[in-house]
This record gives sequence, structure tokens and C-alpha cells, in this order.
Amino acid sequence: MKPAPFTWHGPRTVDEAVAVLAEVGHEGKVLAGGQSLIPVLAMRLAEPAHLVDINAVAGLDRIVVDATGVTIGALVRHASLERDDAAAAAQPLLRQALRLVAHPTIRNRGTTVGSLAHADPSGEMTSVLTLLGGTITARSARGERTIPATEFFVGPLESALAADELAVSAHFPAASAGTGSAFVEVARRHGDYALCGVGAVATVDPAGAVTGLRCGYLSVSETPLTVDLTDAWNSGDDAAAATAAAARAAVDPLPDIHATAEYRRQLAGVLTVRAAEQAVAQAVQRVGTMGRDNESGHNEEDRSA
Amino acid sequence: MSEQVRSTSRNGAEVATGTVPAGARSTVAVTVNGTHRSAEVESRRTLSDYLRHDLGLTGTHVGCEHGVCGACTVLLDGTPVRSCLVFAVTAAGHQVTTAEGLGQLDESGDPNSLSPVQRAFRDCHALQCGFCTPGFMTTITAGIAENPDPTRDEAVEMIAGNLCRCTGYQNIVDAVLRAAELAKDPAAPLTDRFTEHSDAAHSADQDADGAGA
Amino acid sequence: MVTRYFGTAVKRTEDLRLTTGHGRYTDDVGTGPDGEHALEVAYLRSPHAHARILDIDVTDALDVEGVVAIYTHEDLEGAAGEPLPVLIPHPGLHAARTGYALAKDTVRHVGESIVMVVAENRYLAEDAVNRIRVDYEFLAPVVGIEASRAAASTVHDDVPDNVAAHLVQERGDARAAVAGAPHTLEYDLSIERSASMPLEGKAVHAKWDADDASLRVYSSTQASTSVRAAIAAKLGLALGKVEVIAPDVGGGFGVKIVHPWPEEITVPMAAMRLGRPVKWTEDRREHFISAAHERGQEHHVRVGFDDEGRILGLDVTFWHDNGAYTPYGIICPIVTSTQLLGPYKPANYRVEFSSVYTNTVIVTPYRGAGRPQGVFVMERTMDRIAQYLGRDRTQVRSANFILPDEFPYDQGLIFQDGRPLIYDSGNYPDQLTMLKEMIGWDEFPALQQQARASGRLLGIGLGCYVEGTGPGPYEGAHVNVQTDGSVEVAIGLTSQGQGHQTVFAQIVADELGVDFDKIRVVTGDTRRFGYAVGTFASRAAVMSGSAVALAARKTKAKALRVAADVLECNPDDLEIESGLISMKGNPSTSIPLGQVAVLSNPLRYAFDEAAKAATQFAKPADPDKPPVAEGEEPGLEGKDYYSPPRSTFASGMHAAIVEIDADTSEIAIRKYCVVHDCGNLINPMIVEGQVHGGVAQGVGGALYEVMAYDESGQLQNASFMDFLMPYVTEVPRLELGHQMTPSPLNPLGIKGAGEAGVIPVAATIASAVEDAVGLRIDAMPLNPSKLFELRATATALTTNQVREGLTP
Ligand SMILES: Cc1cc2nc3c(=O)[nH]c(=O)nc-3n(C[C@H](O)[C@H](O)[C@H](O)COP(=O)(O)OP(=O)(O)OC[C@H]3O[C@@H](n4cnc5c(N)ncnc54)[C@H](O)[C@@H]3O)c2cc1C
Ligand code: FES
Ligand code: FES
Repeated sequence: MKPAPFTWHGPRTVDEAVAVLAEVGHEGKVLAGGQSLIPVLAMRLAEPAHLVDINAVAGLDRIVVDATGVTIGALVRHASLERDDAAAAAQPLLRQALRLVAHPTIRNRGTTVGSLAHADPSGEMTSVLTLLGGTITARSARGERTIPATEFFVGPLESALAADELAVSAHFPAASAGTGSAFVEVARRHGDYALCGVGAVATVDPAGAVTGLRCGYLSVSETPLTVDLTDAWNSGDDAAAATAAAARAAVDPLPDIHATAEYRRQLAGVLTVRAAEQAVAQAVQRVGTMGRDNESGHNEEDRSA
Repeated sequence: MSEQVRSTSRNGAEVATGTVPAGARSTVAVTVNGTHRSAEVESRRTLSDYLRHDLGLTGTHVGCEHGVCGACTVLLDGTPVRSCLVFAVTAAGHQVTTAEGLGQLDESGDPNSLSPVQRAFRDCHALQCGFCTPGFMTTITAGIAENPDPTRDEAVEMIAGNLCRCTGYQNIVDAVLRAAELAKDPAAPLTDRFTEHSDAAHSADQDADGAGA
Repeated sequence: MVTRYFGTAVKRTEDLRLTTGHGRYTDDVGTGPDGEHALEVAYLRSPHAHARILDIDVTDALDVEGVVAIYTHEDLEGAAGEPLPVLIPHPGLHAARTGYALAKDTVRHVGESIVMVVAENRYLAEDAVNRIRVDYEFLAPVVGIEASRAAASTVHDDVPDNVAAHLVQERGDARAAVAGAPHTLEYDLSIERSASMPLEGKAVHAKWDADDASLRVYSSTQASTSVRAAIAAKLGLALGKVEVIAPDVGGGFGVKIVHPWPEEITVPMAAMRLGRPVKWTEDRREHFISAAHERGQEHHVRVGFDDEGRILGLDVTFWHDNGAYTPYGIICPIVTSTQLLGPYKPANYRVEFSSVYTNTVIVTPYRGAGRPQGVFVMERTMDRIAQYLGRDRTQVRSANFILPDEFPYDQGLIFQDGRPLIYDSGNYPDQLTMLKEMIGWDEFPALQQQARASGRLLGIGLGCYVEGTGPGPYEGAHVNVQTDGSVEVAIGLTSQGQGHQTVFAQIVADELGVDFDKIRVVTGDTRRFGYAVGTFASRAAVMSGSAVALAARKTKAKALRVAADVLECNPDDLEIESGLISMKGNPSTSIPLGQVAVLSNPLRYAFDEAAKAATQFAKPADPDKPPVAEGEEPGLEGKDYYSPPRSTFASGMHAAIVEIDADTSEIAIRKYCVVHDCGNLINPMIVEGQVHGGVAQGVGGALYEVMAYDESGQLQNASFMDFLMPYVTEVPRLELGHQMTPSPLNPLGIKGAGEAGVIPVAATIASAVEDAVGLRIDAMPLNPSKLFELRATATALTTNQVREGLTP
């Protein structure tokens, strides 16, 4: 289980990195944390001729938190983002989901942007970016573009990035006033890729009524799926059952050796209600504390991770 | 066919840059357990193979080469990472700590001269074949540095990403707590909290049956 | 004898080395800047489950820089090119078939090695493997017991029914007894495949000394002496020219007992031909597809019983999936068929099994070796009877127990060691009492009702087993006192983490009367001890432990003889304590053991202080006698073997409380208790560690681990990502109770403990889940998805309700 040979490039700047990518084109792959790529190379499921190792590129390891949300550079490790209190305050869903990504040691090395670029529909952060309506900024020798999550995830393990593009950052919008969020999942073993996971963002009005409920799913569709469940949640007496049913209807899971499609569908229903309940509770709590603390988490910060 | 991977200094850390053609070898220098070490390797050489085969630091073990078992865990600039999922060339210029670097017996061979985590593993019988052990020990060393007072649940969480096929983990969880205790007080006595086995098991039956000789 | 160490939780000697990075595993040999680097091997392994090899083209591979040699079957000479041995023939194994060290014409499972590449390093070797082209003619794969039994296609041309072995054992007339019983039940039970999966895979390192014409091989094996004999035979070498060392081994659990593995032939062969050290370190994918699996069995049961639940007749037929070849014979199904009986005494018993070929990885014992399946069958049967009669599950078991005054108890069958299945000792009713107390059996129904009222699904279950441990034929040990008073101990049996260096030193320390830290134990090194069987079947403590005790006693006897001679007294008047031999009641008359070692050799080199000091005791030689007296040997050493009449029988019982998530069907183990009896304990800490590890593997086997083959014979989960070995988060914290009924069969009164933990776990969890959800659990392992499916179709199973009013 050893990787095939490749030409290693160790650029120091983004410009150098995209220059190399432009040169090597489809023959090349970006190496970030390597936590998905290196196993694939070791099993020789991929044999890229060139690896562009961005680990020494300056300036990619920043977490910027401002009024619009959290922007992370391509070298921000899952663990750094998870630990960042300002980021967690601005968008609580980040930490809620990150603690479910693999095990801490993998999070120490794997990058959040790398996991987005990897476009695994079982990855928590792909689902989070989609649910929050975030964006990815990509740079190539041709220039820079910002891609909305809805357009970024093209298929399983397939993103909208062109071969010569480097994802330089990702932006997760801040949690707006009156919202709460939660992320829950079921995995076979603690830390495994989830059989099904659900992120929820709920919005409540000052009276505590739910005005919005959106859920994001993983492992139950080919690309990250987001569903608006506001109506189901507000559908009256048996709202929980209605919400679960709506979720089950929305997902399109495939069977594998760990679970049947039916089981995953069941999980989607159950976990949706659990996530929604937690998200609503958090939203209600945040509305309650708004008056006292409405400035929190919205000061511009820029620190190296 | 050898080239030098340039080391540039940024934020005080040496990092590797440059280009190494496929099949070529370059000199990769890493500070391992406080010592400057280097070897000529291909860029596809994993850090685990580099440590084990090129530097001879076989205290780091390889159980899967795809990031799941954790046997290969080392500290990279103080942080636990899977050394099978890092290329040696990427680690050039960085600090690596392996099992060997956690502690060595002093000249008198006194077991208490080892690090709290190493001592705790022996105290609590937290290893059998010892293959997973280096990965657990490096992980726990960083873990108790970050959280010097783990609860039992936190101890479980700390080691949740490492596989052991021998011990059933119970004694490793105990060892986390014991290590935290020893880190604070190297003379802390070993209490039953960590060793629940029954010494009383040595029963009188043995002599009665003439089995004890 | 003063027992200072036996029975106490002595900390392990091994740990000082293993925690500081100084363990030495096979892949560690010759590494580092100053090491003598070995060439490294990669194999081209069959990507197909069943195919004929038409052509192999290695031209491109030879172009890879750094490739040193490439071998195929054609390159194997003499015995090396013949089929691998059938290690344990058995009259019931009528169609034994084995593969070759490198495939000859046909491959019969994904992963079978076809071409061997030797290169400067493993990376280059893999590069070359990728460039080899093989033309195959595809043959129909046979996957799973059902397909094998149907025999629409065959694994071996000359075995048209795919049946490798067939065996019937019977005591009494079980079929008649079932037919005549007041109550009868009939059902199917199945267990899927899993594997030992040690964290270190296999590894072989070989070095040929051309001038000496000798071979040194390091192998990550459980049987170094047998590997040595196999290599000598296959490569045409005298036994004395081959040394095999099992250095530190990163777990075995059964898979490393097979010998020779193909690589144990081809790696030394390459080293001999190339004149350079050669090594192969199995990677994880290789371990999945080319080592060994176990457990896959399907059972059909008919049982007849009386109103008390006493079994009058038990009639079991089962099918064992042995994979593509049978190098290790049919040990596993034989063990199932005999150990199924557990602590019970059914009045009549008949068992019949067929061991069938499939195009999958071979099967060899994995910790428990057929027992988990047997126990699953028997314990499910007990639960069925209890449910049918509306009785408590523990009551039905009690009604069937062998009672303490019935030992030795002859089950009337032949065990895996070819000896009668006679239990030596045990106390099962007491064990059950202890277990019920620990788990809170009698209080549980109230707890369960209470939980149910708040929508929580709790269940309790139990499983009992008896394990034949410490089978023969023999083990030996050598104890050698050095002139400095330290003691070298060697045994032929290997270690894979069981702490042998510690426990055998404990035995020697007590038997010989020396301090523990003066003793060094070497295991599994044929240079030090040539005859051994191997580490399996929980036999190390019983077999080697006994041999070590006997060898130490011999050594002691000699020490006292020599000392008595110089101290001019009777050996019976002497005792040894902390390495000092002294007159009982007169400690001032004494001589250190090291000096006795000097005196025991007439050729007295004055190399060290002990030798010089000893001269004061030396008596002038009698010119009329030979310097070495008749019947004596120079040196203070003792060698002895232990060979028991038959196995000793350990036993135990597990109980679990589980909780099922009503919505997600996730299964959580809330409490897990173990009571076990492995006779006297040499080191309780180590025994408990064995139980912990065994239970964790049991949990893996009950809820997580399967070998997921698709119909084309591809293993779909050949990685740690998808073969779900439990992490700490999946394993319950155990409560452990010891019961000790010493074995009358061996000098230390011990029974084996190595496998105990794993055996009844699947049965116990099945029993508890069944109790929680009120649905029959007939197949293990279970997972949330399967349980969900089962519960979703619950209405169809209402007739199988376990207890009235408990179906959710
Ligand atoms: C044992 C294990 C368990 C895991 N469990 C989970 C889990 O439960 N959930 C989960 O989400 N993830 C899991 N992961 C994956 C982990 O989160 C990875 O970190 C992540 O998927 C990829 O990030 P990386 O930085 O390691 O990317 P790499 O492995 O370096 O790259 C992954 C892919 O993205 C491309 N890429 C990376 N960065 C960029 C960039 N900036 N621009 C363009 N392309 C880029 C690479 O070329 C490659 O194709 C697990 C990994 C392991 C080893
Ligand atoms: S060897 Fe690196 S995680 Fe298993
Ligand atoms: S001690 Fe053997 S794998 Fe952990």
C-alpha cells in the first residue's frame, strides 16, 4: 500500500501554486491535509503525476470572522476551526458539525476547505456549506471566482473546481439573529463517516414561533441536500411526524454494506426531528438573550490559525 | 538524482518548498525528538516509512496505512497526526516526536524515569502486544498536555481514534487517568482505581489441591 | 515453595521495552541508517475469485528501476513448487486441497499470490507489480454456503459437491430422543465471517549466510518451530541450518498459527537465491484478502426436552464455510461440534457437519475457533426452551448443568485433540449464582418495566461456555542458571502480547527461589529451544507454564545436589531464597546459586567474580572418578517437557444489559459482566487483560465485524474504514468475577484463559437484544440496520414473541 511516484511541488505562494497547476493541468492534484488524498494514493486508486503540496503556502491558514460570517483559508485545519471561539460564536453550526468529522487526530491535519474540495456527500462540512448557503473562492492563473455551494457540488466526489484551480478559501455566512442550529448523526462507530447526518437551522420570531426550518443531509444523496421543512414543522398536532415524513420523502439514499436505503431513510426522519428540536431550542434561547448581548461575535477578527 | 528541498523560514518554522521530480530523491531534514535528522528519500515516502526505515525509529508502528488505526500517530509540532498520512517531504523542517522521544530509561533502569504516560501504561497493563501502544501514547501525551484533568469520559474521547485489538481499551482508559495523575505528581501511589483486578484471586485452593507444589 | 510471585499482579517486563520504542517486530529488523537493508517484496495477487491463469507477462515490470527479481510458480523448485501441506489431516477430511506458494494454474480466491516481485524497496516492488499483465480465463465463483451446497459450480474440479469434510458424532440416539420428547423445537441459526485481524499483519524477514549455508528467518508467527520445520522441508535444508525467530509479534489471535504461509517459503527462497536479506511486510489490504478468516457457519437444530427444560435429545446439522483451501484442516467445525455442549449434559446428542469450499479466503482458527458458533447454537437453544416453557432463562440452564460432583465428566465425544471429551473440573451452578448477582438478574424485570414505561427498550441476556484449553501434545522449557546468579529461561512457544516473559519468570522465581528481576525469558526462538507446538487454543500458560515449572524444579534439584555436596549435607536440608542456597534453620551455611552454577561445570573458567569465589568451595577432584559423574551434565540447567493426558476445561458465563434506541435501532451495551474460571491464576492482571481483549473482539463479532463478499467473490470491506473493529467507544466497561477450580491435570492447577473472553459474547448480546425487542435473533452479527428491518417486519413474527406483553 504505497503511492505511485509523482512529481512533488512545494510552492510558497498562491501564485506559485496556481502557476504549477496551470502547467500540469489534469495531471496534477492539490495536496492539503492529505487525510482523504493520501489513502487514495496509497491504495493506488489514483496516480496523479504531480502533487502540488500547499502546506507551506503562506497566508492560507487564516480564519477571518466578520459581520458577514466566517472565512477560512485553504490550510485551516478542521481542529483549528473547531477550536476557534469567535467562529463558533458567529456560526455555531461550524463547531457543532466539526466535532463529528472523523477523530481529533484526523481533524488536526485535515483541512475544512480540503474536505469541501473533496466533495464527499458523506462529509459533514459539504452539507454545512450547502445548508448555510456559503461559497468557495477558487483561484487559477486565469483569475479568481467565487462559487456558491449550490453550484460547487456537482456529484459524488466531484466539485466544480477546474483542474487548474486552487480553492483558496470558503465562506460560511454568520448565523443571523433569531436562528439556532444543531448537527446530529448516526455512525456505525463513533467517528466514522455517518450513515446519515442532519444539520438544522431554525429561525424563530421574538415570540418564539418558528418562521424557518432548513435541514441539510449527508450520506443520503449524491450531492449535499438541503430541504426547507418550515411548513411541516408548523403543520399542527403531529408536526414532528410530519417533519420526519417530509424528510424521509426528500432523501434518496443508496444501500451499502453498512445499511439499507430504508434504514438510512428512517434515520433521516428521526435525526431531522432531533436536530430540529435542538435548533429551535437554541434559537429560542438566542432570541431570549438577544437584547442583552446583540453585539456578540460580530467584531472583525483576523488571526492565524 | 538528488536535490535539496529548500527550507524557507516562516513564522520561525522551517518549511519545505521546491520541486522533486517523480522517482528522484531529495534530502529531507526533520527534527525528531529534538535531534536534527535527515535522509534521502522519494517525495512519495510517507513520514511513517521515513521514520521507521530511513531513520530506524521503529517505535512508530504501521497498522493500516490508510489513517484508521492510529498506530502510526506521532506529534508533528506537538500535535498528534497520522504519520502514514503525511509525506516526509511535507514534514521537512518541522518537529516530530515519536514514542522514543517520550522517554527512555535512565542508566539505573528505573521504570520511574519514564514519562507519566509510559509509566501509566505499565502500571495499568494498558498494553499487550504493544503494536498500537506508540500511537496511543503520543496521542495521550498531547491529550493530557491540553487537558491535564480529564474525566473518564474525556479519557475515552481522547483515545477514541485509535484501534487496539488486544486490550479491550479498559486499561488504556485507566492509563489516561493514571498518566494525568503522574504528570501532576510523579510520586502518586497506584491506587485500585486503576487496577481493579483482584489480587485476592490467589486462593487457598491451590495449596489444598497440592497444585501449588 | 514460597509463592512470592505466583498469583500476584506483577507488572510486565515487556513493557519497559515496548513503551520506549524498543520492541522489535519483524519489519523493524535491519532498518535505519546503519541497518542492513533488506530487499522488499510485493506480490501480484489475484483480482478475481476464480480464474485460470493463461499467461503472465512480466516484461514491463522488469524495466522498473530497482527491481531485483521476479518469480512465478515456474521458478519454484522441488518441494517448494508442490502444494502446501495439509497440517492437520483427519479421517473426516476426505477432500483436502491446498494452494501453492505461488499460484500454479488456477486462482481460487481474490488475493491468492501469483507473482513475487523483489525490489530495493516496497514502493518500487509495487510499481513493478502494477506493470505485470496476466491473462485470465474466468471461472464461475462460488460464494457463500448456499451456493457451495447447491454446487452449480465447483471450487475444485475434482470435488464436485464442494464438500471438503463430513463428520458425524453421536452419543446415545438423539433423533429417537427428539422424536419421543414431550416438546420439540426446530430452527436455523447462523454466524457470519470475521477475522483475527491483529494490528500487525504478517511479516517475514530472511537472511541467507552463503558461507555457512544457513538461513535465519524472522517471522511474525505463532509457531516458530513449525515454521522452521516447514521451511527446511520445502527448501531442502537440514533443520540445523534453519533458525526461525518470532520476535515481538503484534497480535495473532489465530491467523499466525498457520505454517507455512506461502510467504514463509518464497521470502527465504528469494534470500537464498539473491544472497541478500529479503523481507515482506503484509499490508492491511493483503491481510484482508490473503490471510485467513473464520466463523462463517449455518446451523440447523432440532431439540427435544421435558417440562423442566431438560434436553432429552439435541440434533445439530451444520455447514462450515472453509474458503478455498483446507491447509489447517477442520479444527474449527470439530471444535464447534464438541464445545457446543458447554456446561450442559443433554441426554442424547448428535452432530453432523459438512465443511464446504467457497472461492473466498481460507479459514483457520480465530480466537475462540468454532466455539462462539457452538455457544451461540446452544445458548439460543436454551433461550428458546425457556421461552417455550415460559420459564426463566437461568432456570432452564440450571436444569441442564453438569453438577460439581459429576467431574470428571465424560461427554462421550472425541475432542479436537483426538482425545475423549472429558471435563476435568468446574462449578457451573456457583458461577451462575455469581453472575446473576453481579448483573442484577432478579431485579432486572422491574427495571425493564420501568424503562419501558418511559419508552426505553432494555433487555438482559446471558451466555455460558466451557472451553477446552491447553491441548497437547507437549511444550518444553529450558532453565539455565548463569554464574552471576541470573537465570535464562527459554521456551519454544511464541508470544503475541500475552506477557509470557513476565508470567513464566514468575513461575521460575517461585519454583527456583530467585528474585523475579534476575530472570530473563526468551520465547519463540528456535536457536534457544527447538521443540514446541505453538501458541493457540489457550495453551501457553497450561503447557509452557507447566513445562517451565518442571524445568525449574529439575534445575533446583540439581542446584541442591551440587550445593549439598559442597556444604556436606543432605539436599533435603537446603532451601533457596532470593538466589541463596542455605541450610534450613542455619542460614549462615550458604552458597549463592551463581557459585553453584560455577561448580556444576568441571571446566571452571575464572571469568568472573562468581567463578573466583566458587573456588573456595571446590573440592579436590577424585582421580578415580570421571569429572562429570554418571547421569550428570555440566552446567546448572534443567530442561523438561510437559505432556498432558488431555485438555483442561475452563468455563465462564457472561451477562449483558442492552438498550435499543426505539427510533434508530442502535444497540448500546449498558452493563457487561463476566464470571470465569481458568483455574489458578499466575498473574490476575494479565488474565483480566486477556478477558478484556476477548470481550472487545466478541463485541466486534456480535455487532460490527463481517466479511462482506459480493456474489463475484470480491471482499467489499477490505479496509479498516469498512471492516468495523470496535474503538474504545464501542466496548463496554466490564465487571469481572473470578471463580477458581484448579485443574487436577497439571502441576500448577491452571486452565487456559486466552480465548475465554470472546466465546459467549455474540450469544449473550443476542439473548439481550431478543429480550429488549421481543423478536427472535437467529443470526449474528447484528447491526442497527438489520435490527430496524427486523422490527419493521415485526408483525410477521408475532408468533415468535419472546415474552407476552413485551413486543414494542
Ligand atoms: C480515518 C478517517 C476518517 C474520516 N472521517 C471523516 C468524516 O467522518 N467526515 C468527513 O467529512 N471527513 C472525514 N475524513 C476526511 C477528512 O475530513 C479529510 O480531512 C477531508 O476530507 C479532506 O481534507 P484534506 O485537507 O485532508 O484534503 P486532501 O486529502 O489533501 O485532499 C482531498 C481532495 O481535495 C483536493 N483538495 C484539497 N484541498 C484543495 C484545495 N485547496 N483546492 C483544490 N483542491 C483541493 C485534493 O486534490 C484531493 O482531491 C476522514 C479521514 C480519515 C483518514
Ligand atoms: S498506520 Fe497510520 S493510521 Fe493506521
Ligand atoms: S496491545 Fe496489541 S493492538 Fe493494542
